[in-house]
Amino acid sequence: MAIGSRQSAGVGVMRDRAQIRLLPDGRRLYLHDGPIDLIVDAFGDRSQIQAAYRAAAERFVHVLDELCSELSILRQPFQADAPLPTGIIARRMAAAVAPYATQTFITPMAAVAGAVAEEILGAMTAAATLDRAYVNDGGDIAIHLEPGQHFIVGMVERPDRPSLFGRAILDAGQPVRGIATSGWRGRSFSLGIADAVTVLAERAAMADAAATIIANAVDLPQHPNVVRVRACELAPDSDLGERLVTQAVGRLTAHEVAVALDAGERVTRRLLSRGLVRAAALHLGGETRTMVGRLEGKTLAVPTHDHRSLVNA
Amino acid sequence: MPPFWKLAAREGMVPDDDAIRCDACPVLCYIKPGRLGACDRYANHDGQLVRVDPHVVLDRALSRGGSIVPFLHREHEWDGNIVAGPGTFITAIGAGTTYPDYKPAPFIISSEVKGIDMVTVVTEGIFSYCGVKLKIDTDRHLGPEQNVVRAQGEAVGHVTTSEYGSQMLSLGGVRHLTGGSRKEGTVTCDTLLNLCNGKAVELEVDDGASVVVEAGKPPLVDDVREQRMRVGCGSATIGMFAKQWFGKVDEVVVVDDHITGVLSEHQAGKLLGVPQTGIQMKGRRSTPGRYFQVAEPGTAWGGTNIEDPLSILEPFNRRVAWAGLRLLMVSTTGEHHSYFELDQELKPVEKELPGALQESVARIRENCEPALCTVLFMGGAGGSLRAGVTENPVRLTHSVRDRLTRVTCGGAPVYIWPGGGITFMVDVSRMPEGAFGYVPTPALVAPIEFTLKLDDYRGLGGYMDHVRPLASIMPDQGHRHVAARAENPWPLAPAKAPGSES
Repeated sequence: MAIGSRQSAGVGVMRDRAQIRLLPDGRRLYLHDGPIDLIVDAFGDRSQIQAAYRAAAERFVHVLDELCSELSILRQPFQADAPLPTGIIARRMAAAVAPYATQTFITPMAAVAGAVAEEILGAMTAAATLDRAYVNDGGDIAIHLEPGQHFIVGMVERPDRPSLFGRAILDAGQPVRGIATSGWRGRSFSLGIADAVTVLAERAAMADAAATIIANAVDLPQHPNVVRVRACELAPDSDLGERLVTQAVGRLTAHEVAVALDAGERVTRRLLSRGLVRAAALHLGGETRTMVGRLEGKTLAVPTHDHRSLVNA
Repeated sequence: MPPFWKLAAREGMVPDDDAIRCDACPVLCYIKPGRLGACDRYANHDGQLVRVDPHVVLDRALSRGGSIVPFLHREHEWDGNIVAGPGTFITAIGAGTTYPDYKPAPFIISSEVKGIDMVTVVTEGIFSYCGVKLKIDTDRHLGPEQNVVRAQGEAVGHVTTSEYGSQMLSLGGVRHLTGGSRKEGTVTCDTLLNLCNGKAVELEVDDGASVVVEAGKPPLVDDVREQRMRVGCGSATIGMFAKQWFGKVDEVVVVDDHITGVLSEHQAGKLLGVPQTGIQMKGRRSTPGRYFQVAEPGTAWGGTNIEDPLSILEPFNRRVAWAGLRLLMVSTTGEHHSYFELDQELKPVEKELPGALQESVARIRENCEPALCTVLFMGGAGGSLRAGVTENPVRLTHSVRDRLTRVTCGGAPVYIWPGGGITFMVDVSRMPEGAFGYVPTPALVAPIEFTLKLDDYRGLGGYMDHVRPLASIMPDQGHRHVAARAENPWPLAPAKAPGSES
């Protein structure tokens, strides 16, 4: 437990709001501070992993304070002409949501998890040479792959009932270093009704923003079986203000599911063509739509089941 | 695009009156009643901010494999019985609280143990009267008795009496938690929480040392990792090893801040017929061969401030000493040692330690136990907490006194102070990981369970209509199963005779 006990000596004792410890497997690092929970895993030389974990911990203890210092700005809708936030993570959040801001409502908070994951991974790869590594921020994952390495990623449709609905193989040759999942059942509020939308993109913050946009788009506006509540009634300081967020989805017909997924698919196609997304899996009511962009001649290995369709954009 | 996306962005959200602001982290969430903050850990429970980590269920099936590790989504092999086997005990960790309460505790669980219906009342107590007693195994001087102990510059406790081989600190208590400044209270709460949850904490003693303390780990005193506890005081060490030194060395000084021992003058040396050496010590002679205050307290040789052992010697008496006299100086842990021989001027000259003496120094070291920090949480179950167990709280106190009710803290045994009330101490290292929480009052949240026979529970005015079978809470996913620790008595096992751990 070298990492856990180093915390006191290395990272300034009593910055101890943050929890830094190894998981019971003795291998993965767990970082927690306020609403941030990260699981960090690195592969490679033992001493390099230790150096990477130390770097992750040292960077991590500052993250929440940095973000909170500009929280009010980050909760405002992104506007291209407004001054940029100053923090490096905050700027990454703003950059990730900027491509969407002219067409729709989005705040930099839509990319916070992915941006934090990228930052920690960046600190690790700057401090150590690793074969591969990932930082998982509640399902928004930043990955690092040296040439020849790959990760196998399992996808879950409902976080409250974990069961894999598919897996993706990410290898170093593909331009995918970020994965994110969004949906109304997750920890963040969603404007849509998707159970889960999983997105692969070049960077974690990009994936995070895109997953939010697509999950919002999988929707049946004004459907009577969808319970929606103003975000501010649930959390007075939500960046979504009075927007209606999904709290429950009742029975939907197969046709309704298809209509909602179609709406999501239209948005996804646009994002694929703009290169904002490399692949996406949209999940609603037991149905999955998987859409894959061109990945330098290769196609991602993604689930194909009888009732699921593979769509190439 | 769905139409509601086109709603104008709302500026300047004004929090509702019924939301409370959580100050557990800098996000400072406004939390509405019955809802969680962004972290999913703190909730607004009827206007009170409470921590709601997953509820910990202690499983006896797996005895301890190294340490307790939580494991998620264990498959419940429920056999369909109304009462689950006695192999599971519900702890109060994450159970929540009903403070300020006249309401029954959050969980009142019945189970059958060897044909007897038992009930366990499970609650998390909010303790503003609480603190930790720290036992730090070291002879190094941490600071004068009564001096203030600080964390992050704030007073969080004080130095209390030294015990054998250990320095004791008392941290927390209601005066630091709520009697001082806001910052003092918050830092005290933070310090207690970290210590109780097994994390390292750095403490500074006024006019003393800096010490990093972590339950179950050796202390770090002024950046030096303490290795071992002394085998005894300097005088005792002379007594223990005199025979092994006899004939191999002419004089031995065991340097100790408390009592420094001198072989040739000590009773043990006299009995063996060790001749006088003319050694002359600084300090105050207590009885022959036993000296107090040979130096100032410190963090060097034997808990003194000396780096050079010769600095505690006066010149040898020229009429008694002789050239070539062999002198061993060693600390009470064997950690420090030097060997000298007197030259023609009767001045000690340092030489390599002869092989024959190396063994005795190693033996001292071998007899010293590893130095550890021990953290005991101490708290008092107040009237309102007891009211969550029974409508007649004093009967619970009596029942605990009469050993009809067993008190546990996260499943770990507690020591209950004699006298009034239910004031208890528990070794935090015997509790499951992350057992403690806090509320911004500031006060600590600690689990506490009361286990007694169902009949006795009825007798003391228990909330019988709130008793529910163990099995009724098992199928939920909101519980964390941890292995029971092998060294703890099983909380549901029949109580031992009075005098044993409750």
